[in-house]
Amino acid sequence: MTRTAMSLVWLVPLLPLLGFVLNGTLALVRPTAKTAVSVIGVGAVVAAFGVAVAVVRALAVGHAAEPVVFTYWSWMPVGSLQVNAALQVDPLSAVMLLVVTGVGSLIHLFSVGYMREDDGYARYFAYLNLFVFFMLTLVLGASFPVMFVGWEGVGLCSYLLIGFWFTEQINADAGKKAFIVNRVGDFGFLVAMFLIFQHAGSLNFTDVFAKARSLFPLGSAAVTAITLFLFLGCTGKSAQIPLYTWLPDAMQGPTPVSALIHAATMVTAGVYLVARCNLLFALAPVSSAVVAGVGALTALFAATIALKQWDIKRVLAYSTISQLGYMFLGVGTGGGATVAGIFHLATHAFFKALLFLGSGSVIYAIHHAYHATHSHEDAQDMRNMGGLKAHLPWTWVLMWIATLAIAGVPPLSGFFSKDEILSAAFARGGVERIWYLFWGMGLAAASLTAFYMTRLMLYTFHGPNRTGERERPLLREAPWVMTGPLVALGVLSAVGGVLNLPALLGGSSRLERWLAPVTEAGAALLPAHAVASGTEWTLIGIAVAVALAGIAGALRMLRPADLLPAQRAPAETGFARVLWKKWYGDEIYDALIVRPIMWLSREVLWKIVDVRLVDGAGVNGAAAVSRALGWVGSRLQTGELGFYVVLFVAGVLFVLHVAVR
Amino acid sequence: MTLDVSNYPQLLTALLPELVLSAWALILLLVVAWRHGTARDLRLAGWLTLVALATAAGAAWWLWWQSAHAAGISTMIAVDDFRFVADWIFLGGALLTVLFSMRYLEREGLLAPEYYVLLVFATIGMMLMGGGEDLMVIFLGLELMSICLYALAGFNRRSPRAAEAGLKYFLLGAFASAFLLYGIALVYGATGTTNLSLIGVQVVSLELQHAPLLLLGVALLLIGFGFKVAAVPFHMWAPDVYDGSPTPVAGYMATAVKAAAFAALFRVVGEAFGPVGAWREIVAGLAITTMVAGNLIALAQRSLKRMLAYSSVAHAGYLLVAVATGVAAGSAAFVFYLVAYSLTTLAAFALLAAKGRGGESDVQIDDLAGLAAQRPWLAFALSVCMLSLLGFPGTAGFIGKWYILVAAMSTGQGWLAALLVLTSVVSAGYYLPVVMAMYMQPAVSTEAHAEVCLDGFGRVAMAVAVAGLLFFGVAPNRLLDLSKTSATVQRGAAAGAIAAPTFSPGH
Repeated sequence: MTRTAMSLVWLVPLLPLLGFVLNGTLALVRPTAKTAVSVIGVGAVVAAFGVAVAVVRALAVGHAAEPVVFTYWSWMPVGSLQVNAALQVDPLSAVMLLVVTGVGSLIHLFSVGYMREDDGYARYFAYLNLFVFFMLTLVLGASFPVMFVGWEGVGLCSYLLIGFWFTEQINADAGKKAFIVNRVGDFGFLVAMFLIFQHAGSLNFTDVFAKARSLFPLGSAAVTAITLFLFLGCTGKSAQIPLYTWLPDAMQGPTPVSALIHAATMVTAGVYLVARCNLLFALAPVSSAVVAGVGALTALFAATIALKQWDIKRVLAYSTISQLGYMFLGVGTGGGATVAGIFHLATHAFFKALLFLGSGSVIYAIHHAYHATHSHEDAQDMRNMGGLKAHLPWTWVLMWIATLAIAGVPPLSGFFSKDEILSAAFARGGVERIWYLFWGMGLAAASLTAFYMTRLMLYTFHGPNRTGERERPLLREAPWVMTGPLVALGVLSAVGGVLNLPALLGGSSRLERWLAPVTEAGAALLPAHAVASGTEWTLIGIAVAVALAGIAGALRMLRPADLLPAQRAPAETGFARVLWKKWYGDEIYDALIVRPIMWLSREVLWKIVDVRLVDGAGVNGAAAVSRALGWVGSRLQTGELGFYVVLFVAGVLFVLHVAVR
Repeated sequence: MTLDVSNYPQLLTALLPELVLSAWALILLLVVAWRHGTARDLRLAGWLTLVALATAAGAAWWLWWQSAHAAGISTMIAVDDFRFVADWIFLGGALLTVLFSMRYLEREGLLAPEYYVLLVFATIGMMLMGGGEDLMVIFLGLELMSICLYALAGFNRRSPRAAEAGLKYFLLGAFASAFLLYGIALVYGATGTTNLSLIGVQVVSLELQHAPLLLLGVALLLIGFGFKVAAVPFHMWAPDVYDGSPTPVAGYMATAVKAAAFAALFRVVGEAFGPVGAWREIVAGLAITTMVAGNLIALAQRSLKRMLAYSSVAHAGYLLVAVATGVAAGSAAFVFYLVAYSLTTLAAFALLAAKGRGGESDVQIDDLAGLAAQRPWLAFALSVCMLSLLGFPGTAGFIGKWYILVAAMSTGQGWLAALLVLTSVVSAGYYLPVVMAMYMQPAVSTEAHAEVCLDGFGRVAMAVAVAGLLFFGVAPNRLLDLSKTSATVQRGAAAGAIAAPTFSPGH
């Protein structure tokens, strides 16, 4: 019975694909049929969630130690390369399945309200369904190439949705930036795949992982190269240093898109990939350290930038980058911390989706107010907000829950997941000192997180309102179709911690036991490290103290009452300006990479290589020569029969010569 | 069904398609003698011809269905799948030509139903060429076909250009036939037989692989066939003759006639001269000159008809590559390519006939400007034809070319394959301007294409041809299977005791 339920897994990606086809058709023929679009778009994902629940229950009942692979057809049978179109159900993909379809369903529902008045409504839901399809392909794929299809597909959908309002140049540019930066990472993924095939002769997860221990000695150069290239792919998709710059710009898309793609699901693909390949990373200690180090550094770096951003969505974007850094710190630490990384992935999906949707709700209210008064003020600038708790009470309460969760205040979900990552990093520090540094960076980032999130809440919801006199009476809560999903996410953010309540706090570490089949092989390779329960209590105490210090600091230092609306606000100076300008990251990339490449392309490759060599000498030259020869040949066609006979006889002599030679 | 061709009733069964068509030809001749002069009579003859060709095709199908084959070595006529498939190509080509001719003849005022009689007799000649197991039968078929074609080329008696075409074709054709006949005589002198299988046996048993007499004979035979397939430098007649002939006849010459000559050539070199190496070099040499010269000179043409004429020369070069790879490797590719090429070229000539206005057959490529806007379906059909001729993926032309390349590579003739690809690139230089003219240039006037017309038959035939091109371009397997099973002309090779590796392009 369990097998039958599980064999329905193909329905999970297929339903959103069907939704995409139907909504895509509607977008072309009846873009105004918004009711039908909503029913199809939301229905497809909710139905997929239903099937996913059935599949995961079947997996839970079955207690399959090995991943259950369903092969549908032979996709790439080329020589010794055999890639099948196959899906794989195992504990890890099950977790991702539930997060993607569950959070996805709520965000689809929210979008019904948020996008209601948009002309591209059908197109929007078509893209969103397509995204869910590709994301499910990514997490269900039973081999690297199938996963890569999803990996590229979500990149495509991300591009389409960032540039959803493509009539504005800035949005189209943001979409392009995301796509191009991601391509750099994809190159890494591809090279990693080639290397894996070269060494293992297969690209199926089960084959590769089964052979990995015999193929690669611990710390061998091959596995280190493979994992580093894989991680390069992850830094692109999951916006880590050095490929993080696209994610803040991705906020040009509709806010539910930011919630679904650029916070809850797609950007976690890199974390999923490292977790999926945890055995390979465990075999490559250097790569593990790089993953953890880059994660910790990104967590800290992005948190500092978030301190001085004014655009509410940008704060959340940098916060996402920072939190993804935590996840990489977790999966990079490996062993039990892989579970912690996935755990943080799940809880982060809850509270970050909630924060984005909440900010969407705020933006929706302010945008409508400005729209009604024909004002051109920025609806996303926190300096134009303030005091919104009176107007949007539900959003206010729910966003505070999410804020406390992300800050790591017990007993909300974020506390458990973040604490597990930090204590695992500390524990590994007992074996390898460098991890103490990572732990310290994570801790510092945690306090900054608490600070900037409190700042966001203070400036948005507290103090006096700065939206404008005429607009103030128009500010009100969004319809229930939008607030409803917020409530659901609020509950999940609050109690998500029970997923993996550690034994120390009276739980049974359910997620850890659930994921054990995926992580145990890798964990066995790591040096034994554990901390005594007393130390663990101390660590918890430190983490909580740091989080509370951040919140308290924000409450003491920031004065929402002194803030001026965006138009009258003074320019930032000094170090604040550096943070506000994001450490000049974009400018540095522009000067070091973008401009030299553009110059080389324009001045050398285009004007010399292409125009002169390829077009001039190559294409046109060859064409001119051919044409001239053809003209000469056509002159032979004189119409004179005698001449034809002469040529004929010449041919005869040639043939006879060849024959009797 | 095993047929012993030395036994008369069974020989008649083996000859069923030819006999059926001959009987129809005689009936047609009587009907035409009775009624000729009006457009109605012309149509009647056309309909009868269609029926005749269809029944002959049915007879060939019946033999194929019964999987007829000869008992022992067959004399005079072969009984194998290659013959039946070749018959279909000739009959199908003739059928499409009739469909495209109906309206054309009326429009040009050529109210002479003898046209169809000549067409049918020419087709019988082709069937004898493709099925002949004896050099004499092949020569007989070739002459029957050629004489009908000389008349067809000059069919438009009022036009001096047609007269020129007919006369040129006749003079050069007679010249070439003499070479062929002399070659047959020398081969007979060397081996003492004209039967293809027996020649193959004799060559091995008498060790004639390097006998000068036989080699000269083979060379002269190849020259004769080279003329018929318009291989460079024996091609000079082709552009002039195509130019003066009625356009459907030109299409017929470029496809069915060429196919018949190739089928006979293929059978002769495969069955009789398998062990003689020299023919391979000659054919490869002709393939090179033909591909290069055909493609380069086509570049310089502005007239659509002359361009198609040189294009048919170039394609003869590609087919020669398939012949040069030999029976074992090249036959499936050869048959497939022949089908794809025939469909494409016939459709292209039919469109040309539709575009040419009364009395004016000289359509320039630029005259097609803006066709896509005014006649989108015609433009689409012509584009598919051009892309298929170019060998664009998704069309039958691509698959055909690809299999020829595979065959050439598998027999170690990589340089022929490379040249085929290179010259195909050149061919884009004259196929694509047609598409560009239709889609990317504005029409000279809103009336520019008003007179372009294709009647019901023409449309059906065109739709069938284009659909076939696209279908075989995407799903070539059925035709390929047919090509492979028909490619069993290997008895000569077997007699030459060459254990040829089985070629299976599907894998």
